[in-house]
Amino acid sequence: MSYAANLAMTLPELVLGLGAIALMLVAAWGGQQSTRAVSIASVFVLAGACVALAGPASSGGAAFDGLYRADAFAAFAKVLIYVASAVAIIMAPDFFRRTAGDDLKPEYPVLILLSACGMGIMVSAADLLTLYVGLELQSLAAYVLASFMRRDTRSAEAGLKYFVLGALASGILLYGISLVYGFTGTTLFDGIAGAYAATPMSGEAKSLGLLFGLVFIFAGLAFKLAAVPFHMWTPDVYQGAPTPVTAFFASAPKVAAIGLATRVAIEAMGSATDQWRQIVIFAALASIVLGAVAAIGQSNVKRLLAYSSINNVGFALVGLACGTPEGVSGVLTYMVIYIVMTLGSFLVVLQMRDETGEPVESIASLSGLSRTRPGLAAALAIFMFSLAGIPPLFGFWAKFAVFDAAVKAGLFPLAAVGIAASVIGAYYYLRIVKTMYFDDPAPAFPRSENKVEGGLIALSAVFVSPLGYLLIPALGVWTTAAAKALF
Amino acid sequence: MTIGLVHYLVVAAILFTMGVLGIFVNRKNLIVILMAIELILLAVNINLVAFSAYLHDLVGQVFAMFVLTVAAGEAAIGLAILVIYFRGRGTIAVDDANRMKG
Repeated sequence: MSYAANLAMTLPELVLGLGAIALMLVAAWGGQQSTRAVSIASVFVLAGACVALAGPASSGGAAFDGLYRADAFAAFAKVLIYVASAVAIIMAPDFFRRTAGDDLKPEYPVLILLSACGMGIMVSAADLLTLYVGLELQSLAAYVLASFMRRDTRSAEAGLKYFVLGALASGILLYGISLVYGFTGTTLFDGIAGAYAATPMSGEAKSLGLLFGLVFIFAGLAFKLAAVPFHMWTPDVYQGAPTPVTAFFASAPKVAAIGLATRVAIEAMGSATDQWRQIVIFAALASIVLGAVAAIGQSNVKRLLAYSSINNVGFALVGLACGTPEGVSGVLTYMVIYIVMTLGSFLVVLQMRDETGEPVESIASLSGLSRTRPGLAAALAIFMFSLAGIPPLFGFWAKFAVFDAAVKAGLFPLAAVGIAASVIGAYYYLRIVKTMYFDDPAPAFPRSENKVEGGLIALSAVFVSPLGYLLIPALGVWTTAAAKALF
Repeated sequence: MTIGLVHYLVVAAILFTMGVLGIFVNRKNLIVILMAIELILLAVNINLVAFSAYLHDLVGQVFAMFVLTVAAGEAAIGLAILVIYFRGRGTIAVDDANRMKG
């Protein structure tokens, strides 16, 4: 295959990488006043990367001797990643302008672009080396983003905690990678799949090295996914990071991490499904239960949404645990609906501020929102009902898709426990709705003159409202095609 | 006694364990955590190079180069975050990183 054909398959990453470098130069020369131009240009670069996905980047197959794979699965995940990254850029300028003393710096959109580039490499990785490089590109940009408000001690602390635990996760993942490399003799997913298929994973002759490698790799990925028992960094990082960054963390990197975990599980370790399934089932159930129970006592809305994201990753892992095409398409359906719900919720959180423009984050400040800001309250109520999975809303379909796949794969206990635990989760979502609709009004949030944020909130509310069900046929075709690419 | 693959793997496993313990047991200083992270990455590199020599396959050594490079970038970012953290708080003690609870 010619070099040009290889490059054509990686076109989205090229657009993002070169775009980020060019904009970094603009930011370096233009300084503070170039922020607006760089932000707008970054959104266009992300749109350009989306356009570049058409053609060989979504159907080309293996590139660079199998290091990289351009297929429908990667393209699907990339669209979600790019959209979430663009929203994270759009929602940032107003937040930083209001938050005293810290204007948005032009590096912010550049870092998001670099992170998005890394995430694209993650979901396209077909080799352990590509996987590692993509993951680190995403993470290194994310550590800086978490501590972006550097005069705020909480933001710096969030960045520090994210860095230490993220680096530990990379170390654990790498140790797993080194074991898998040593015991299979290759880093290519195809070769690893062959080695796992050739080695019996149970009985007398089982390979402990391969098993250990598998366990370490899944532990490292669970860290990046914030799945229990590797979730402890999530609440602190989500609370301390600036709200637009938190919204970004809760959406795009989750899609990338779950996409990566799915590809590793199905493509590289598909013949060891019985081994990794135990890990995934445990992580899924523990995440669902802990995400639901620990959220009950929270009084900070960003912390609550952090536990909500842990809870939601658990549901997505239920789909992965199936290890079937239906399961993978359920995971993708779940991620589409989840990122819309979570971005919508964070956009509402951005509107929470006092008269001076300082952000407020306590759940108590939401009380009586239905009387002071009825539209905002209705939107947040829709997101909360949807996250809880109450039937007429689109969030129900997401949960239905993964549990349907679990039942079809014969994982009845997993489905039963998961559904029972989702009832616990409904409690804290509904508590927010109760606070907004039935408690005495707290001081009203000042109205925002930002039409774009309001429009995005309305758009996401319509998407997760029952109107979203109109999208199910299209979504079904798309997720099924994407899932087929892995099998 | 000849030194074989197993010896290298054991050394790497010990270093890896020490690195992980260095992060969790250490209650003093954030710089020590950064050193523990480097220890973990070096343990992985020993593994990769040992396997590479054992398998007569170059991929492991190329991988080790990538790990070294990324580790340098990671250390740079870690120290930068540590500096802004110290400027705000005036301390880098692990036990003082407690602005957020719940």
